[in-house]
Formats: sequence, structure tokens, C-alpha cells
Amino acid sequence: MELKKVVRDLKVVQTIHLNRRHFILELLAPDKLPLILPGQFSQALVTGSPSTFLRRPFSIHSVDYGRNTLRLLVQIKGEGTRHLSLLKAGDTLNLIYPLGNSFSLPATKDVLLVGGGCGVAPLLFLAQFLNQNNIHPTILLGFRTSEEVSEIEEYSKYGKVLVTTDDGTAGEKGLVVDHPVLQRESIPFKKIFCCGPDAMMKAIARMAWMHKTDCEVSLENTMACGFGVCLCCVTPTDKGNERVCMEGPVFNINRLKWR
Amino acid sequence: MPDLSVNIAGLHFKNPVTTASGTFGYGDEFLEFIDLGRLGGIFVKAVTGKNRDGNAYPRMAETPAGMLNSVGLQNKGVDHFCREIYPRIQDFKTNIIVNVSGSTVEEYVEVAERINELEKVPGIELNISCPNVKLGGMAFGTVPAMATEVTAEVRKVYKKVLMVKLSPNVTSITDLAKAVVDGGADAVTLINTLLGMAIDAERRRPVLSTITGGLSGPAIKPVALRMVWQVHKAVNVPIVGLGGIMNATDAIEFILAGATAIQVGTANFIDPEVSVKIADDIEAYLVRHRIGAVSELIGALRTE
Repeated sequence: MELKKVVRDLKVVQTIHLNRRHFILELLAPDKLPLILPGQFSQALVTGSPSTFLRRPFSIHSVDYGRNTLRLLVQIKGEGTRHLSLLKAGDTLNLIYPLGNSFSLPATKDVLLVGGGCGVAPLLFLAQFLNQNNIHPTILLGFRTSEEVSEIEEYSKYGKVLVTTDDGTAGEKGLVVDHPVLQRESIPFKKIFCCGPDAMMKAIARMAWMHKTDCEVSLENTMACGFGVCLCCVTPTDKGNERVCMEGPVFNINRLKWR
Repeated sequence: MPDLSVNIAGLHFKNPVTTASGTFGYGDEFLEFIDLGRLGGIFVKAVTGKNRDGNAYPRMAETPAGMLNSVGLQNKGVDHFCREIYPRIQDFKTNIIVNVSGSTVEEYVEVAERINELEKVPGIELNISCPNVKLGGMAFGTVPAMATEVTAEVRKVYKKVLMVKLSPNVTSITDLAKAVVDGGADAVTLINTLLGMAIDAERRRPVLSTITGGLSGPAIKPVALRMVWQVHKAVNVPIVGLGGIMNATDAIEFILAGATAIQVGTANFIDPEVSVKIADDIEAYLVRHRIGAVSELIGALRTE
């Protein structure tokens, strides 16, 4: 299997509505899935929505090479994602994938995954990948409220799951960075992978710097193409303005201008 | 098999389909998707004299049937282009045209002179129409005397095919087209993006870091067609037409309005394979209408 980008019509196997704002699209590829790495994303073409002109980027949530399927976890944010939520089994979705770089394989087994909101999307695939490499990470997931807490059983297959909610209706009350596991003099992790809202990732980055723990984050920027040519999704790094869709979406925090 | 080839100032294009600067990188980003040898040409990302970091994020806003961008000519400068990029793209089996940009006449001349030395680049497209930079760019493209001057100065040092890309942000596009032809342009490309703006009402803030940006996509197609038609009637040089071309029908409309070749721009972002499909579908149109050569369609709009 080689790392190659493709444009394909995938068949919707099922649409799983997790709660009012989130759903999963399970998609069957028409030919053998290319090699996909955790952290990579896809660009989905929304049809039938006149106000949606550009594709919508989504992380790969999980991959099943045996069944030749992949899953996307989608948050309904506007017209484009609302249209995608209407897709049913048998419908077609055109995707460009796999795009971007990936999380790295850590040299340590003391690994923490941190996700917030829809930023949990790439972490399930990452947890699967780490398991295949005999790493059982701690997985800290932040949600707004208990109604949005989902797929805990799935994550639990790959590591120990910790939950926070903004309103305290499930798990610990507060933000992920406030979870007791991170409120210690020294934290038991040597590598952190994080994906979520900017404010959350920056808070985790500050915590990681404080504990001198290596940390990679997956950024989300508005993008037009997703494969490196529009130069719209840039972020300032130690090498100047880099493309989140090509040099990212995963960056080591030491490369970003976040300090 | 109909003849798809066209000719611009002696330069042969195997078909009229090319890709617009700023939407196609340096071409190599598309190697995974298409055979570049199927295209008439590619117009690569703007090259300036020195490194430009471009504008701050956010640089993009989606709009009805289009998008605004304010990239700001991000590129690593002409030295880097000649040393790092040219060697890896020079053997593409298509015409490689370099989009040349600058903030001063001297910068345009300097870049054009350097590109002139590149054996496998048969032409340049002078970008006097970028709306997203503070100095130069569109300023040269909105004042006819300045457009003539920068074209004439570049003409002195540039020996191959010289195209000039025009801005639609003017009262009279024909005045600008005549101005660059007077300066020695072999062909004109039109249109660049229309200056536009997007506002986030919830936050009461502009969406783009630069407040204004360039509008592209199907939203601008009617304006682009009108300008190509007007310029076709006003000047005697070939036109490369662009503005919201999403499929072969759009492309043929531009050719009927007077374009010799067309550029596919924003559509590349949505479908990286679309340019080749457009070339195939133009051929199918010619077969369906029993037209022997695409060149017969140039400016062939029936107006009686």
C-alpha cells in the first residue's frame, strides 16, 4: 500500500446519529482503500446544497481494511454538514482522501490522547493504531454535556478513558486541562496527542511545556482545496506560513508560534 | 477526431484548457490526480522578486457560488523558483507559463529577466491584477499609463510569449487591454478576481484578515464573459479567458466570447481532476456539433 491521494465515490453503509449535533458516516470504498494514517483527513463534496460551494474537511475517524470501509465523525455546524447528516445507506459521497500528514508513532508507552468536541474524531483511529503497536494510551475526552458523550465503549477497547463535561453531567466537571490526571506535580505521560478547539489545544500545550512533555496537536483551519494549492489554511510556524492541509494538520507544539 | 489545438503568439497549445495561477500550485501537487500532459498548459503560482510570507490567517471565505481569498502572493521568490522548483517541473509535457508579480516596475523586470533564462518556460503571465497586496499588484492594472509602462519595461527584457493578466476592478476593461497591447503584450488573460468582502455578523468582524479579498468561482462568470467579449472586440491579440469555469460548457462559452484558451481556477479546489475532464468534454462538444477544430469557435458567438 502506498500513500496516494484519490478522488472516489464512496457508498454510505450507514449513518449513525450519536446525538443532535454529531453523526458518523460509514463509507464503503469502490476499490481497495489506500494506506491511511491516523491524523489524516478527507474532503467531502456536499451535493444538493446551493449555499455550499467548497468541500468540507473531516478527519478519518476509523478505518476497517477488512471491510474496506472508513468512518467520518461529523458535527453539524452549518448547511453543508446538515446536508451530509441527511445521507442514508446506499447514497454516494465523493471524497478526496487521504490528505495531510499524520500523528507520529511515539517512542514511549506513556501516551495521553486528549480530544474535545468534534476534535475527538481522529483520536479513535490513533488509539487503534497505537494498540497495533502495543501502546495502550490514556484517552481524555471533553464534552459539553452528558448527552454528547459518545462512543466511550469504542475508545475503551484501546485504552483507559477519562471524561470531562463542561456542566459536570458526566465524568469530571470542567475542561479537559482541569482533569485531576493533569493536575499533579508531575504527569505520568511522556507524549501527548491533542485535537480539539484552539483554546483547548493551547491550554494543553501550555501544560505540556510546563511538564516538558512532548506534544502534537491537530489543527483545524478553513481551507478551500485540502491538497496544498490554495494556500488559504496556513498557520505560522518556525518555517514561516505553513499549510495545515499539507505540512499539517498535525504539528509538534514546538513548531507553532503559540508561546 | 476534431483538432483541439490553439495558438497564442506562435506558442502551440495541444488544447485550450490551462490552469489558473494560484489554483494549481506548481503543478506537481496534481500529479497524483491527473496526467498534466493532457492539458494545454499550466500557469504556475505567482513568483515575486523576494520571499513573501503572504497575508495573515484567515485568508478565505466561502460565498454564494464562490469564494474570497486574500493569500497575498505567498511564495519564496524568484531565486528559489529557479533553483528549487523549475528543475522539478521543467519536464512536464505541457506549456509551463510562470505568473510574474511585483511591487515595483523594477521587480517585475527583475523577475521576468530571470524567468527568460529558463529554457523550458515558453511564456510568462504578468500579474498586474492581484487585489491582495498593498503595493503594486492591482495598482498597475487599474491605471492604463502604468499598465503600459510595466508591460513595455518587461517587454524590453522578456523575449518569449508575454501575456498580461487584467483586473476586472476597472471602469473600462478595454482601456486596460489596449494599454497593455500598446506596451507590447502578446496576449491578455482575463479576469483576475473581483474585489469583495465578507462580514461575520455574529462577531461583527470581517471574515478575512485583510478585510477585503478577491472573489472567484461561478459567481463571477457573467462578469468575466462580458469582459472577454468586450476585449475581443477591442484588441487584436489572443485572449486567455477565465472566471468561474467549472465545466466544458462554461469553457466553450468563453471561447465563443472570444477566448483562444481558457484557464480553470477555483474549480480545481473542488475537483482536482476537473481540468482534464473539461478537455475531454470540449472534444465531445466538437464531435456532437460536427466542428472540425476548436479554433473555429473562437469569438464565434452568433449575435444577429
